[in-house]
Amino acid sequence: MSQATLRIVKISGHPGPIPGRGTQREEQVCKLVDTTTCIGCKACEIACQEWNDLPFATTSFNNTYQTMPHTEWNFWNLIKFNEQPKADGGMMWLMRKDQCMHCAEPGCLAACPADSAIVQYANGIVDFQQDHCIGCGYCVTGCPFDIPKFNPATKKVYKCTLCSDRVTQGLEPACIKACPTGCLHFGTKDDMKDLAEKRATQLRDHYGFEKAGVYDPPGVGGTGVIYVLHDATNPEAYGGLPASPSIPWSVRLWKSPLKILGNLAMLGGLIGVTLHYLRFGPKVVKETQHRGETKT
Amino acid sequence: MSTGAIPYHPARDEPQERVLRYTFVERVIHWLAALTYAYVLATGLAFWSPYLFWIAVLVGGGPTARYWHPWFGLLWFATVLWMYAAWRRDMRTTEADRRWAQHVGDYIRNHDENLPPIGRFNIGQKQFFWLMFYAGIALVLSGVAMWFVNDIPWSWRWLRYTAVLVHVVAALLTIGGFIIHVYMGTAMVRGGFTSIIRGEVSGDWARMHHRLWYEQMRGKGPGKSEGA
Repeated sequence: MSQATLRIVKISGHPGPIPGRGTQREEQVCKLVDTTTCIGCKACEIACQEWNDLPFATTSFNNTYQTMPHTEWNFWNLIKFNEQPKADGGMMWLMRKDQCMHCAEPGCLAACPADSAIVQYANGIVDFQQDHCIGCGYCVTGCPFDIPKFNPATKKVYKCTLCSDRVTQGLEPACIKACPTGCLHFGTKDDMKDLAEKRATQLRDHYGFEKAGVYDPPGVGGTGVIYVLHDATNPEAYGGLPASPSIPWSVRLWKSPLKILGNLAMLGGLIGVTLHYLRFGPKVVKETQHRGETKT
Repeated sequence: MSTGAIPYHPARDEPQERVLRYTFVERVIHWLAALTYAYVLATGLAFWSPYLFWIAVLVGGGPTARYWHPWFGLLWFATVLWMYAAWRRDMRTTEADRRWAQHVGDYIRNHDENLPPIGRFNIGQKQFFWLMFYAGIALVLSGVAMWFVNDIPWSWRWLRYTAVLVHVVAALLTIGGFIIHVYMGTAMVRGGFTSIIRGEVSGDWARMHHRLWYEQMRGKGPGKSEGA
């Protein structure tokens, strides 16, 4: 019995039932990123490259400490860097580890038309199965975090797997393993939320960050990566972390009401022309001249 | 450009009058349009619904269908542009069309004897033409955005979102037109299907469906007409 199939709870582009839904009891896994203790060392970036055997992506310098503008098909873990002015005229260095958020309600999976190209495991990990990917890029449109990236050479899309291969074996993801400050934690979603809230309380009560809080956006059903932010009211300051992400309105419109209406309209058209033929039949021209040898 | 004529073949001993309705080039372009549209329709439906994804498997698998869909789409649009260049004058709505349109109920009920005479195309054909033309433009523009979605910057993401909706709505409109077009061209209007294959219709057919065009053809005499 394939354990892999049984552990799948959501399948993209899939007609019919999901084989694994409700058949296994598994904890939700979660990464906790405490941006207040990240020093921007980028050990997690390198650990990700190493563990996943990714060919090195070209870096680019834009006067900050950021390795490149955004994640790439071969660069799944990027420290986003921002200099944020403070009210007292000083400056804060905000560093946020950007990667796939492993949404509970993944927009990529909702948009994907290819059967099994994107799956969600019972432990919450959203994983791309490149074997089934057709390279359409719908996931790029569906993702509210701009994470899936297209590889023009293979015509497939790639992103962070939350080290599903390691997690299956009871190991923590490579980025977590490499973090030297302990700003990255890995565990069950409940444990991580608890830890994150404790840390946010600590920041509010003892460090003067009155707006400190936890980022676990409800618009996508919560995420498998949660952040502790010094200022949870302004997530955009952390390298463009969306304030209230959700599956884009157009994708939701496209994938449900429009699909139902479209299917009804197409079916209605086919039924309509059939009924017309049964009721009125063909238009036949009465020929006044008799036919020659040519066909009409 | 679009010609029709040469009704008589006296040398071949055929008593029935024949009228050239579609030139060889028109027929070739039409069937190129039909084949390319059929391909993008089939593969598009595969990407539209998981219950139709098997169509992509039939035509070589998902990645292959995805690879060729935009190229066949461009080819289809090229045929649409050719038709625009060739037929746009024939496709203008005339006074005769408006009179005819008031009796469209008679046309639907096959009471064609009540219909006023019209030119080379009826208003339904003309509306189908413009539907495919404008929807084609929308499909190409949105399709290019979807083709290169990974190159659309995050700050322009509204374009990603708009493109999928425009593509789907325009495609559904063409499908509606396509269903009616195929039904009328094959089952409903007898003689229409052979006309787009061999190009000719009978004189009676032309008089019944497109009398003004027929009279224009007859008036100008064989061989050098300009189309209605």
